[in-house]
Amino acid sequence: MNAAITTQSVLPWLAVAASLAVVPAILLCDKRPNFREFWTFAAAFLKFGIVLSLVPGALRGETVEWTLFSLVPGVSFTLSADPLGVFFALVASGLWIVTSVYSIGYMRGHAEKKQTRFFASFAVSLGSTIGIAFAGNLLTFLVFYELLTLATYPLVIHKESKEAIRSGRMYLAYALTAGLCFLSATVWIYFRTGSIEFEAGGMLVDGSFSGGELKALFLLLMIGVGVKSGIMPLHSWLPAAMVAPTPVSALLHAVAVVKSGVFGLIRVTGFVFGPDLMREYGLDIALACFAAATVLFASVIAMRQDNLKRRLAYSTVGHLSYIAIGTALIAPSALQGGLMHLSAHALMKITLFFCAGAIYVHAHKTEISQLDGLGRTMPWTFGAFAVASLGLAGIPPLSGFLSKWWLAVGSVEAGREWALGIFLLSGLLNAGYFFPIVIRAFFRPPPPENGNEGHHSPLGEASPWMVVPLCLTALLAVIFGVFPDYPLPFFDLAYNIARDVFAGSESLMSTLP
Amino acid sequence: MTLHLPILILLVLFSGALFIPILSKLGTRTPWIIAVASSLLAFCLCLFLLFEVLEVGVIHYALGGWAPPIGIELVADRLSVFVSLVILGVSTLVLAHSRPSVERDNGENQVGYYTTALLAVGGFVGIISTGDLFNLYVFLEISSLASYALIGSSGKRSAVAAFRYLILGTIGASFYLLGLGFVFINTGSLNMADVAAILSEQGLDPVILIGAVLMVIGMGLKMALLPLHLWLPDAYTFAPAASSSLIAPIGTKVAAYVLIRLILGVFPTEMLTAELPLLDILGVLGAAGIIWGSVMAIPQRNIKRMLAYSSVAQIGYIALGIGLGTTFGLIGAVLHILNHACMKACLFLVSSNLETRGKGVEIEGLDASMRRDMPWSSAAFAVAAISMIGLPPTAGFFSKWYLLLGSFQEDRFIFVGVILISSLLNAVYFFRILERMYLGNPGPKGEVTASSGASGFLLVFSPVVLGLGLVLLGLGNAFIVTHLLNPMMPIAP
Repeated sequence: MNAAITTQSVLPWLAVAASLAVVPAILLCDKRPNFREFWTFAAAFLKFGIVLSLVPGALRGETVEWTLFSLVPGVSFTLSADPLGVFFALVASGLWIVTSVYSIGYMRGHAEKKQTRFFASFAVSLGSTIGIAFAGNLLTFLVFYELLTLATYPLVIHKESKEAIRSGRMYLAYALTAGLCFLSATVWIYFRTGSIEFEAGGMLVDGSFSGGELKALFLLLMIGVGVKSGIMPLHSWLPAAMVAPTPVSALLHAVAVVKSGVFGLIRVTGFVFGPDLMREYGLDIALACFAAATVLFASVIAMRQDNLKRRLAYSTVGHLSYIAIGTALIAPSALQGGLMHLSAHALMKITLFFCAGAIYVHAHKTEISQLDGLGRTMPWTFGAFAVASLGLAGIPPLSGFLSKWWLAVGSVEAGREWALGIFLLSGLLNAGYFFPIVIRAFFRPPPPENGNEGHHSPLGEASPWMVVPLCLTALLAVIFGVFPDYPLPFFDLAYNIARDVFAGSESLMSTLP
Repeated sequence: MTLHLPILILLVLFSGALFIPILSKLGTRTPWIIAVASSLLAFCLCLFLLFEVLEVGVIHYALGGWAPPIGIELVADRLSVFVSLVILGVSTLVLAHSRPSVERDNGENQVGYYTTALLAVGGFVGIISTGDLFNLYVFLEISSLASYALIGSSGKRSAVAAFRYLILGTIGASFYLLGLGFVFINTGSLNMADVAAILSEQGLDPVILIGAVLMVIGMGLKMALLPLHLWLPDAYTFAPAASSSLIAPIGTKVAAYVLIRLILGVFPTEMLTAELPLLDILGVLGAAGIIWGSVMAIPQRNIKRMLAYSSVAQIGYIALGIGLGTTFGLIGAVLHILNHACMKACLFLVSSNLETRGKGVEIEGLDASMRRDMPWSSAAFAVAAISMIGLPPTAGFFSKWYLLLGSFQEDRFIFVGVILISSLLNAVYFFRILERMYLGNPGPKGEVTASSGASGFLLVFSPVVLGLGLVLLGLGNAFIVTHLLNPMMPIAP
């Protein structure tokens, strides 16, 4: 493995600090909403700019690293922006800008209470997400991972209804347990090997654990990251958390939080255990089985949901496990496909959530059975919805097709053709639960009593603050499907990451184009 | 002058206690000023002493010029100075904060509280700095008598609780004294270093073992180690606010410190563990205490009582760390003495603020108006609660880190499970309060019930300093461990 070039720079920390530093400003501008939102935008653009500036280096395979101080003797508080971290940070920080625009439309359109707490928690969540992306070792990762749990809790309980509080408790119970399992695994690794730095190809290569211990360790780490990535049976918090305002569901429960979990999964499999150990002890099969079951069950359950956001939540659970399968197949193309699905699914699912929120704020509809004929009054919203649904079902030329293609190639490469079947079946199921919504909205007549009863009858689209972002993300989903490297080089980054992770495993490398 | 620092610290505290009654006629606030000033001065001297110790190493101070082992000596090494510093820092903050609540509880007559408080702190620091086993008993009695008085000073229920504490505390002290007698018969010495040298030469016989067990039981009672914790919940609940916030953070920690000293400094550790599974028993009792205290804290309806049970659990952490007997375990234990002192002080100070503000300490009675009327106290409480749960980057997370490392080192996977489960239990009972504080609408601002201005500042100053301190201690723990704790560990890392 060629030694990666590491440069020292404080940039990764600045990217994290950008959103944490504006939190006091957001809190101080409690009474002046426009000023408050200005800070959010300032942080979002600054953060995105910093992450963008890291991209050229990441494409060359460079790592930008900076250590603040020692967290505990022997473990430093290090952020290290390697290609994988930059990839995830790019997705999260880019979509934060879009979501901020959307949040303003949503929160004001819906006259939500406690908007200051909302925007402040949002900023902390994004700061922690970038921290997770750039964390250079397991302990730094854990610090930001727990911070993310804490920062998203106020967002989940935002409505403060009984249901919201119950969901919040459930979320905490799941997330804190996961964090503790992760902590104990971290301590264990540190005690045995004396080092918990992430390393492409795996840090646990010197055989300091016996086979049984490795399996226990893998289980602990999988519980740690599996909760946030919604792998069954650890997923129940996610549909419950849909009680949160829709921008939260959109950015956190489709991008930042759940993707932090999946990102952790990639870190654990590719940078802690490494492909060889995963193969040797059958850990890949165990993970793949759980993920495959999750894909199928989640899709079936999604079909039975009438509440739009819950259907989207189960669909998220399913799609997260695509990525999990991608990492579990232990093939370069599969990992590349998984990574591309990370960005593709983020774009498309955020579009769908944006649509759900626009429908809720503008037309006050939450159930799918109420959507008859709504596509005629809200054509842009449902148009975007249709595009994103097609993409998630894996229809070319959308970005969901590309990622699925590489996942499929990876499953053949790995000699696990059954995964191919899972992907195909799940594509059908996706079509099965998304298309009826689109058909209902465009082709069914609107219910007649709507106008007579003096209901608030929506005319036209929701506020442009909401419609523009959702059209933009849908458009991006198309663009990345046709030009996977423009305007942002997700494809090349994913390729480089897969190459780095598998660089140590000669036998697996040969299959990479 | 630096040579006399160890005794100066004690002198400042005890003479402060002496001057309070004499000078109290100068004004109602004089006792408070003297108490805070002497505690602060002692803190500064202790800080000075710490730098001195870091530079020249262990300082032995022979009282009255009588050379040990015949005379009494004070020993200032990194461990003892560090723990003294923690205790003096916390007590300074608590005493500074105490004025409004003492005024409320005691009216014009504040002499009693501040005199006994200084005596208690002096006793605690004395226990830590002495190098003589019998002198330790003397300081133990000084601090204990003062604690009984502090706890019993607010009406009938507190008097009953204090009486119970007095009985059990005296039994504990007697156990220690009895054990000390056994050790003295056999070694003829009371000086810790001397006893340790004699014991490692002549080995342990049954008499010494019985003495060791008796002393450990006595200290276990003082530190409220399960199942000897029965005095603690009542004592902390019914004591006046100012007293429980002074005793709860530091009282039990001092006993834990003595335990560390006895097991690792006086009795030769390896010989002792070869004869008796004393450390194992400590660890198991600690683990049991962690679970028991956390479970009992959940159904409590009174914040102070909940915090008291949580103290039982936190003492369990320290005992578990000592019981592991490894470097990491001990680092975890000592770090937790520091962390828990700050957390508990912060939490008890906020509960005292609740009483001062007329909100009461019943959990049922808490609502969002707390956040509106006392935003800073609420924030400090939240930080301390998060630290108690052990989430990064607060101090509590890192005590857990070292304790877990110690558990893995000894292959005690049960302890790993216990530590993890207790974090979840802590989350249960703290989020119960946080939900009440931070959810719901506080409604329009009502009339402010209590004093504002200067005493308002006093109310929030100490909790906020402690809350910030928890984050700083968390982030800076590597510094503390590498520079202070690691070199002082009796076992090489």
